[in-house]
Amino acid sequence: MPEDALSTPILRGEGGRVDEQFETVEQQQTTAVTGLWVFLGTEVMFFGGLFLAFLVYRLVYPQAFIEGTEHQNVLIGTINTIVITTSSLAMRLAVRAAQLGQRWRLRGFLVIAINLGVLFLVLKGVEYYQHYEESLIPGHAFKFPEPFAAQAQMYWILYFVATGLHGLHLLVGIGVLSVMFFFAMLDKFGPEYYTPVEVSANYWHFVDIVWTFLFPVLYLLRW
Amino acid sequence: MATIAQPVGQPIEQPGRFTHYLNSEYGIRSWLFTTDHKRIAWLYVITLTLAFGLGAIAAGLIRLALFTPQGDVVTAQGYDELFTMHGVIMVWLFLIPSIPATFGNFFLPIMLGARDLAFPRLNLLSWYIYVFGGAWVVAALVYGGVDTGWTFYTPYSTEYSHTNVVPTEMGIFIVGFSTILTALNFIVTTHRMRAPGLTWFRLPLFVWTIYATSLIMLLATPVLAIALLLLVIQRVWTVGIFDPSLGGDPLLFQHLFWFYSHPAVYIMILPAMGVVSEIIPSFTRRPVFGYKAVAISSFGLAIVGFLVWGHHMFTSGQSIYASMIFSVMSFLVAIFSAIKVFNWTFTFFRGSVWLQTPLLYALSFIGLFVMGGLTGLYLATLPLDVHLTDTYFVIAHFHYIMVGGTLSMYLGAMHYWWPKMTGRMYPELPAKLAALLLFAGFNLTFFPQYVLGALGMPRRYWSYDPVYQVWNVLSSAGATVLALGYILPFVYLLWSLKYGEKAGPNPWGSKGLEWQTSSPPPRFNFRATPVITQRPHTQ
Ligand SMILES: [Cu+2]
Repeated sequence: MPEDALSTPILRGEGGRVDEQFETVEQQQTTAVTGLWVFLGTEVMFFGGLFLAFLVYRLVYPQAFIEGTEHQNVLIGTINTIVITTSSLAMRLAVRAAQLGQRWRLRGFLVIAINLGVLFLVLKGVEYYQHYEESLIPGHAFKFPEPFAAQAQMYWILYFVATGLHGLHLLVGIGVLSVMFFFAMLDKFGPEYYTPVEVSANYWHFVDIVWTFLFPVLYLLRW
Repeated sequence: MATIAQPVGQPIEQPGRFTHYLNSEYGIRSWLFTTDHKRIAWLYVITLTLAFGLGAIAAGLIRLALFTPQGDVVTAQGYDELFTMHGVIMVWLFLIPSIPATFGNFFLPIMLGARDLAFPRLNLLSWYIYVFGGAWVVAALVYGGVDTGWTFYTPYSTEYSHTNVVPTEMGIFIVGFSTILTALNFIVTTHRMRAPGLTWFRLPLFVWTIYATSLIMLLATPVLAIALLLLVIQRVWTVGIFDPSLGGDPLLFQHLFWFYSHPAVYIMILPAMGVVSEIIPSFTRRPVFGYKAVAISSFGLAIVGFLVWGHHMFTSGQSIYASMIFSVMSFLVAIFSAIKVFNWTFTFFRGSVWLQTPLLYALSFIGLFVMGGLTGLYLATLPLDVHLTDTYFVIAHFHYIMVGGTLSMYLGAMHYWWPKMTGRMYPELPAKLAALLLFAGFNLTFFPQYVLGALGMPRRYWSYDPVYQVWNVLSSAGATVLALGYILPFVYLLWSLKYGEKAGPNPWGSKGLEWQTSSPPPRFNFRATPVITQRPHTQ
């Protein structure tokens, strides 16, 4: 019967640093981080199903999909890729700042990450408006030169579903980061407690990575 | 066996009063806002019973309608709506959450020697999502109805249906979040919350199956989500994602759907196998023979389960080469299943067998599961499937697995763990009678359906050729016996809550970790954190 099998007792539950189900602070932190990684597993399969649908139709209708892709605004797409990647970097630096207890840097990087996220959505909105002007919204108003109208519409449906779901994830991320910012203003985080910032950052990186796959597939694949 | 180390952390006991999770707090709020995994398990038991009741009523009406060949009871449209309601409710609101959300919730932390799941509030949220989504689905099915069948195949679910397809699918989408969050909780808990000394190969076999099940839930459910989402978009937006006239491919929907829905069968059956693997050692006084093989075969089933979905599409027009591969892969399932069945039966060898109700359920599981599994091989065989697909043979096959397997073991688990969960014994004699009624009633209901299928009676038809009537009457008669087998436990289990004998911590004399704490367990499961030194059930 090992006496030292467990870490030293600590105050749990109300008023304590550790929730009642955990033994140690360290266990609680790693558990939260694991939880997010596991959640990302489900996210990968969700977007994976969508990518599969895209891939199937891309293989069946290559020419129509290329003609659909040619209506994309690669300039805005590229700027957005830079925007979201920079935002991801800022979020990582925010985690570092939280770990080092630099509270002003933490707040600053959170503000940068959030605002770049918003900028991404604004630019995406500009693109959507351009698609609307070009009658590329699928449905009755959709206009595309024959003979590819129906097949190109498939490209545009999947484009809107993919970018729409990505935008939704980004919106959730902006909400989460805003909550982090709120807590950062209350000085909740420091070297001994930064797990929520780290977990939100990992989610934020995931949203970034999804875009990193969407951008080449939806904008650049032209042969 | 588990030894109990020095008390750590909280002193729980006040002297002179036996406190446990049921009497530590009172009132409706202490249940609706609880974060205790044991209480949340009870919340699931109650809501699952309601869902099961609804699905069973639909099943009863189906059997009533099929009593005569010409469809006297309901209209053709009404019949379509009935079997859709039965399928949707039973699959997503009962079978998928059944054992994991109740007994998994209650016993996973206890078997790990943990105080609770890793994320207790998330666990409660899962239940609320389930209730919200479930109520949504039921509302859509009852007010208006859906006539597509639980599979939502296009184009039945697109241009040919004017029923509540979109609301039903949205409800199922919502319920999916509940499944995913529960799975996430179980996976993280198994990784992070194990008691000192509890290595992977000392985990109870029930934990192995719940873990494998959770992996499937986590990775398959999102694919169903995207499939349903695309279908909803097609209907609402009137575009043609799966519509061939607009360049879409209906087979793509079937692929995405079965990529979830075949593994879903393992979500249903693996936890049931886990319960069998707990009951048999408890009532034979021996650890399960071939522990490692049984543990790993759960993973084998989970992995192979992801690679066989095409066996639902042999006649859908998929490539013959794909069908051949899916056929061969499907045979692999039999290997992993057989590993379990043989090891369970070997466990009886030189064991001292105590034939109590839970063991009766476990034995009935083995019989029915073998029957369902072997007929699965018929269906995995390409030429035979061409004859049998979309007949009652398929219906009989998957009911042997889902009802004979999962539902039997849900009741088996209920009897096995009832003393632990409530602190009371159920009455043994009526319980044995109910187990026998269930076995007899089940076989009488579903064995004739194998015959009907082999004779060529198609599924999902409102009326049928009078030559099939004898077997249909037998099946409907069996359904009434089966119903008795469900109603009886409902009555005496409720009765035992008040009048049952006090159970004591370990009425079965089991070596399982959950039996080493009091019945009912204290709020945080153990009065001191256990330290594990051996495999489960080591004598
Ligand atoms: Cu299958």
